[in-house]
Amino acid sequence: MQGQSPGRTSATFAYLAMLFLLLPLAAVVPVSFTGRRFLSMPEGDWSLRHYQALATSPEWLGSIGTSFTIAVACAIVSTILATLFSLGIWYRRPGLTPVLVGFVLLPMAVPPIISALVLYFFATSIDLYDTVPGVVIAHVVVAVPYAVVTILVALTQVDRRIELAARNLGASIWQTTFLVLLPNIKLGIASAAFLSFILSWEEIAVTLFVTSFEIITLPRRIWSGLRDNIDPVIAAVSVFLIAITVTAIVIRMIVQARQGRAGGGQT
Amino acid sequence: MSKRRIIEWCVFIAPLPLLLVAAYLLPLLGIFRWSFTSPTPGFGNYTQIFTDPAIHGILLRSLRICLVVTVISVMLAYLIAYHWVFGPPWRQRIIEICVLIPFWISVLIRAFGWLIILRPRGLMNEWLMSAGLIGEPLALVRNEVGVVIGMVHFMVPFAIFPLVAVMRQIDPRVMAAARGLGAGPIRRFFEVFLPLSMPGVVGAFFIVFIFALGFFITPAILGGGRVVMIAEYVFLQMSQTANWGLGAALSVVLLIFVSIMMWVLLKVIRVERLVR
Repeated sequence: MQGQSPGRTSATFAYLAMLFLLLPLAAVVPVSFTGRRFLSMPEGDWSLRHYQALATSPEWLGSIGTSFTIAVACAIVSTILATLFSLGIWYRRPGLTPVLVGFVLLPMAVPPIISALVLYFFATSIDLYDTVPGVVIAHVVVAVPYAVVTILVALTQVDRRIELAARNLGASIWQTTFLVLLPNIKLGIASAAFLSFILSWEEIAVTLFVTSFEIITLPRRIWSGLRDNIDPVIAAVSVFLIAITVTAIVIRMIVQARQGRAGGGQT
Repeated sequence: MSKRRIIEWCVFIAPLPLLLVAAYLLPLLGIFRWSFTSPTPGFGNYTQIFTDPAIHGILLRSLRICLVVTVISVMLAYLIAYHWVFGPPWRQRIIEICVLIPFWISVLIRAFGWLIILRPRGLMNEWLMSAGLIGEPLALVRNEVGVVIGMVHFMVPFAIFPLVAVMRQIDPRVMAAARGLGAGPIRRFFEVFLPLSMPGVVGAFFIVFIFALGFFITPAILGGGRVVMIAEYVFLQMSQTANWGLGAALSVVLLIFVSIMMWVLLKVIRVERLVR
């Protein structure tokens, strides 16, 4: 690699770019500890009052609960649908594969505003507007392409001969699926579920269109807070969410490192 | 055997596409119909889009901002991707973490962070004033400056991934050969490395541009209603003025535009090179 190892000047710029990426996240942290009622940097008056407000607010806790329920449901539904679909394609290998996969990935390529409008139309036309099932279906549509990609990638690592062997030994399609294939792609399935959970937990564009008063997810509450009056409680919520995300990334990296050392794992 | 085939089709393959037909494709056709039937049947909404100077202003502003955002994002991403692929191992790890953390953090929190930094009494202005560089707070938010900063921040990771994928495939021996033939570092970069990485640049450019056009959360928060772009305009048509037909027609125009860009992208670069 010595042909192109980067120089010192460009390394400085790269670190400045990192700083740019992390700056807005770092800025949130001190603000969440301000002792005042409005958005400000703490000047000696550090306080946990906004964390306390968060922990005792039925609205915020309710939204966290709503978001969590919806995200779990979305993760379960999209993982099951994506796994079935990907396995079906893998078993059958129909000539229609490019069309089917392309169609299933469509919501990933369509701009968020259009998906939001489409799902609004869907939710209102079958009376699921502003209901939990409506939000779950809308989130599944948004998240499922990512789950499909993840599982299809995991399936490319599986040796086709094990499926043939299982078939020759007389295994039914269910035995092949549950005893042979699912154990082989369990990491891919876990990644797909994780991805769907996060996508739903953070979804805002579509959620704004399919909910109004009844279902207020956490992102939706943050959105209203940012537009009306900016309460430092939002900073406390943000720090809470940043902490969860950073923990998840670190755990994922550790797991991947272990897999890598064990050999043969996917990255 | 044929029973297995039925199970494979009906139980495995069919449910997901069927759900998407019901929850996505049919409603999409419904939106299409709305654009011609609401509020009155006919081409009224499309005529308005093609004749209303206010809408033209919004479309031009969207294109301009998205283009600026895309160019800056791809340049920043190129720099970061280069160090991610060719930097020393510890720097690669730092970069990976620094890119993944913002990537996974909610778009709302990222916009909120920029609000804290850029607002009139925010960190940036306080710092510039205490350093004596400016006397009055600068207007950094609720204008295009704020929107561009926030959108670039959101888009950079999306541009990094395709660039990293392409840079990893570049054969290091080609660079070594260029060096052996006496090309200096600047010439090696502009005549060998940059052309080889162009598929990644093109891919990143299209991905960011397409995404930026249809994206309204960051502009809505950091533009504060003053820098309305096409996606936020659609959102306003639906949520405030209940102007369904116009919102739908604008979406159809946006969708056609994006489809053309995707088609060009697929012609220009082979996507499977990015995925591998």
